Amino acid sequence: MTTGTTTPATDGSEHPAVELVGIVKEFPGVLANDRISLTVRRGEVHCLLGENGAGKSTLMNILSGMVRPDAGQVKLDGRVVEIDSPKHAIGLGIGMVYQHTSLVPQLTVLENLMLGEAEGIRLNAAHAGERLRELGSSLGLDVDPKATTGMLALGQQQQLEIIKALWRGSKVLILDEPTSMLTPKGVAELEQIVARLKGQGLAVVFITHKLHEAISMGDRVAILSQGRLVGAIEPAELRSATHDELQERIIALMFGGQAAQATGVAELTDGVEPHLPRRALAAEPALELDSVTVEPGPGEIGAHDVSLQVLKSEIMGIAGVDGNGQRELAEAIAGQRGIADGDVRLFGHSIARLKVAQREKLGLRYVTDDRIHEGTVGSLSVAMNIVLKQIGRSPFWGRGRIRYEAILSKARELIGRFDIRTPGPETRVAALSGGNIQKVVLARELSFDPKVVVYSKPTYGLDVRTTRSVRRTIREQAREGVTSIVISTDLEELLDLCDRVAVLSRGRITGVVENGPSAQQRVGELMVGGKST
Amino acid sequence: MTETTAAAGLREPPRPGEMTGGQAQLGRVGDFFLRSILPLVLALGTGAIILAAIGVDPIQYYKDVYSGGVQFAAWQDSLMRVAPLLLIAVGLIVVFRAGIWNLGIDGQFLLAAAVISGIGSRFEEHLPNAINLLLLFLIAGVVGAAWTIVPALLKARYELNEIITTLMMTFIGINLAQILVKGPFQDPTTTTPQTRAFDFTALLPSIPGTESASRRWPGVHVGVLVAAAAAFVVWFLMSRTSLGLRLQVLGASMRSARHMGLDVPRLIIVAFLLSGFFVGLAAATEILGVKGYQRADWNPAFGLWVVPLVFLARLHAIGVIPYVVLLSLASIGGDYAAQNAGLTPQFTLLLVGLTLLFMALTEWIARRAAGGSYLPGASYRRHRAEGAG
Amino acid sequence: MTTVLAATGVFSEQALTALVAGAILAGVPLMFAALGELVSQRAGVLNIGLEGMMLMGAYVGFVAAYHGGSEWLGFGAGLLAGAGVSLLMVLFCVRWGLDQIVTGIAITLTCEGATALIFEAEFAESRPTLGATDKVAIPGLADLPVVGGKGESNGSIFTQPLVVYLGLALAVLVAWILRRTHMGLNVRAAGDAPGSLDAAGVSVFATRSWAVLFAGALAGLGGAFLAIVGAGLFQDTIVGGRGFIAIVLAMLARSRPLWAVVGAMLFGASLSIADWAQVAQINISTDFVFMLPFLLVLFVLVVFGRRAYLPAALALPYERGTR
Repeated sequence: MTTGTTTPATDGSEHPAVELVGIVKEFPGVLANDRISLTVRRGEVHCLLGENGAGKSTLMNILSGMVRPDAGQVKLDGRVVEIDSPKHAIGLGIGMVYQHTSLVPQLTVLENLMLGEAEGIRLNAAHAGERLRELGSSLGLDVDPKATTGMLALGQQQQLEIIKALWRGSKVLILDEPTSMLTPKGVAELEQIVARLKGQGLAVVFITHKLHEAISMGDRVAILSQGRLVGAIEPAELRSATHDELQERIIALMFGGQAAQATGVAELTDGVEPHLPRRALAAEPALELDSVTVEPGPGEIGAHDVSLQVLKSEIMGIAGVDGNGQRELAEAIAGQRGIADGDVRLFGHSIARLKVAQREKLGLRYVTDDRIHEGTVGSLSVAMNIVLKQIGRSPFWGRGRIRYEAILSKARELIGRFDIRTPGPETRVAALSGGNIQKVVLARELSFDPKVVVYSKPTYGLDVRTTRSVRRTIREQAREGVTSIVISTDLEELLDLCDRVAVLSRGRITGVVENGPSAQQRVGELMVGGKST
Repeated sequence: MTETTAAAGLREPPRPGEMTGGQAQLGRVGDFFLRSILPLVLALGTGAIILAAIGVDPIQYYKDVYSGGVQFAAWQDSLMRVAPLLLIAVGLIVVFRAGIWNLGIDGQFLLAAAVISGIGSRFEEHLPNAINLLLLFLIAGVVGAAWTIVPALLKARYELNEIITTLMMTFIGINLAQILVKGPFQDPTTTTPQTRAFDFTALLPSIPGTESASRRWPGVHVGVLVAAAAAFVVWFLMSRTSLGLRLQVLGASMRSARHMGLDVPRLIIVAFLLSGFFVGLAAATEILGVKGYQRADWNPAFGLWVVPLVFLARLHAIGVIPYVVLLSLASIGGDYAAQNAGLTPQFTLLLVGLTLLFMALTEWIARRAAGGSYLPGASYRRHRAEGAG
Repeated sequence: MTTVLAATGVFSEQALTALVAGAILAGVPLMFAALGELVSQRAGVLNIGLEGMMLMGAYVGFVAAYHGGSEWLGFGAGLLAGAGVSLLMVLFCVRWGLDQIVTGIAITLTCEGATALIFEAEFAESRPTLGATDKVAIPGLADLPVVGGKGESNGSIFTQPLVVYLGLALAVLVAWILRRTHMGLNVRAAGDAPGSLDAAGVSVFATRSWAVLFAGALAGLGGAFLAIVGAGLFQDTIVGGRGFIAIVLAMLARSRPLWAVVGAMLFGASLSIADWAQVAQINISTDFVFMLPFLLVLFVLVVFGRRAYLPAALALPYERGTR
């Protein structure tokens, strides 16, 4: 029943490593897990596949003790257990690598690994160092034990996470979207590690929303949709069927056979064709960055000597792994932070010395990736958020006083145009869903005569439908002559949208690629090649 | 969380700038009771238990508070105390709404008081009374505002935590006020460390119809009207103007404010200066309306008393008025009751502290039931989270 | 200028001894409170109620020492009282995740009111005082000039009550615990990334609760020292902002306990300038002297404030699953 391994584990029990039976978990307003049953076996990689919000992470958080189920059973080695805390889960041999890092960035590698150990009073660094070498060599990894964790490259941090998850002798390893922060090279390394672990008889759960990953990494695939288990692919089928057959089958499972409703396919499948026909662009530059350098803040990379020319009505993508200076660059363009050197020009005029509000008035817009804490004020109404960058300007303000009628009527108009699902213009933004909050942000940034718009991860964390509508909006804007810069960590998104893609690595532009058939490979090369690992 | 609950006289449909959620489950009345009344009741109850524990009849004590604060001519004293407390309250509302903790009230207050009582009595002969008073109010406001400049600049420029800097400034301010009173402003005709007393006629006139034959003071001074006007101005500022909205955006999240193109350093400084200005005016009403001079050891320490009130009133400048009236009554009547019971008047401070403690508690309950919070702490939290993320 | 100062005896042995002794006398309470606050801040709890905890410790410690006739009873009682008050902080801020600043202010106000009230009710007439505390003179070293302090009423570095030496040892111990033990590692992680600590299987609640209790206990001990050794009496203004200074000291010490000790002694010195000036027969306003430590804090904040280290999750309540 297991693939490619010889180990029916040393404890010799016939029970599977993990059995989840009828798990139900409800959060306010969301049924995250609806009677899900799942079996994970030793020496096997079990992929959990589904869109964002399908309930994958919740299910695994139940296993790791972070979340307690409302109903259902968890069995380990055939025994029913109630996992009430992460500590308990660790004690039971369940190691989890979280999607967002669970390392303490301020501590050293060794300190992070020793965190949570309960033996003795003193920290036993010598013993821990020994164990790190041991585990590292069995996985083929080499991490400096004295390095400050926050200073490690993201790929290394994730390797450290895996070591940490195995530190106390785990029998089950859960990886939650482990490839989302990795370069292609990092993904390849991860695949090797997972293969070794499988060989050592571990049960591995691999959570992903990428179909090709599930097919290539999994010995078994479970497909989740809207909190329910909608299908599974057995090892035999995975081995025998071709990639395309499997893809078709999984899509059918996910969307209930309605091929016409395959709106989510684009997000899940690989190798999307560029949706924009090659367009003839006017040679007029809209936004020019000329050797822009941004000083890094604490924990940041900054931007160094960035030069980029974006033509009018062009969609320019900026690709790169998160934390390579994207935010620094975007904020420098928007005027939210100063530049140490270089120049920023809008239609030929330098705007480097202008403040945020002045740039906004000239038609420069910035759709931030932090839509909750930065892009909106949750305690204010939808209507107020829509005019928040117009404070003090007519027609919404007159002689310093608010004109509610003008604001409300504008808000009603934009709510309709951007399809914002809200009880009314006076509802607090905090009460809306993430997708609708993003639409509020877009409504504000794309109204009042935009000329150049910087989008930072515009579809991050959104459901498939909203993602499509956001991308459609970006394309429509481009067609109307608005210049766009799309910063994204999702290469498929960039290839879907952009005319050209620039690659940002360690705060520098390592190259600009025309979108086309070979663009994906060239961007991938630039992302890896630009790294000094 | 909303402006509407505490402001009984200001019911109107919610406006776009206001928060309207969070009351669905509790209902408006329940929410108001839980967040704005219950903490007071619990504090008074606990206070009664403490009184009983140290052998004082709580019912008699609270009765004394009432009679000492209202009966005979005491209501005039209570009413006059409203003036400084209300001015401090509106000053706090401005900064708290901007998400800033100005905890340096006492230093700002005493320093402003020392300056006007020191210089005021010197040029009272040279100027017409009305102009003199106007000028002194202005000076007091400016001094109060000036004492916020250091924390304001440190926060605006370096994002230095204002809780610490305003507290340090308040201790410095209190000592500096004492140095001023004992030094340059010392009344040469007495050895008591105090300033020269104002001429009786140079003080604030009283509101017609509030005079009482049995009292030394002619009646309730017009400073109370100044305070009421200030409350209206701040209410208007915060709810109707662009500056008010800017301050609220800043209070919600500093990062949002930057993103929206607001001049964050300038707003921080404006909020601080406004609050210091109102605190300075509070000092002026107390010196020019009640005291007439300043002793070196005088420190009413109004500052922290007012903090719970503005939270109970949801940072609403008009809504805070009933609470201020209640506190004024408790502080005037409390002195009398404490004297009767042989206690220290600090019991009132205990009640204030307990109110704040219970308010935190009911806020927690309300947040669980309805969501949302009006505490500036919520925004502080978010700043920190942003800094960490 | 120098000649004038020398003539008035600024650098006379007597004056310098008074300065050193005063620095320790005023610095030790700050040291205790700052050590506690440092641990609490390191664990992610900004304890603004420190002032109130010191005050409660001062009152209870004084009463216990007065009735029990032993300073150790007083120190113990003060310690427990401070810890008792900090239980409120544990319950409100760690357990329920309420606003740490509001709760801290409330605790300080409540303690100010409560101690004044109870003290007045109990001792309004008598206003008792305590005798001088026994000092331990370290053999040999106590005979040194200035730093020895043998026979001086307030001693000097090598003639101090035993509790002072214990306090210094505690600072070393805390430094060791923070750097070298599991407990210390947990505390540091609780302040920097509580979610990670939780994921590692350690209770954030427990770690933070103990840290806050420790802070309360030490603040209480500091208050008790202030009343028993420092003043020999209780009055409601006895703490007078020292709790707030200790908070700043803890921030500036950047999680290094020994720096907190040095800082506390420096501020102690500035508080004791009045004694020194008296011995040296210099006439400066006591108001000015009382203002000095706050001016000094402000100055230090202006100069070094940007480098004050604050844990990433300071003042943020932790709730599982909301990272």
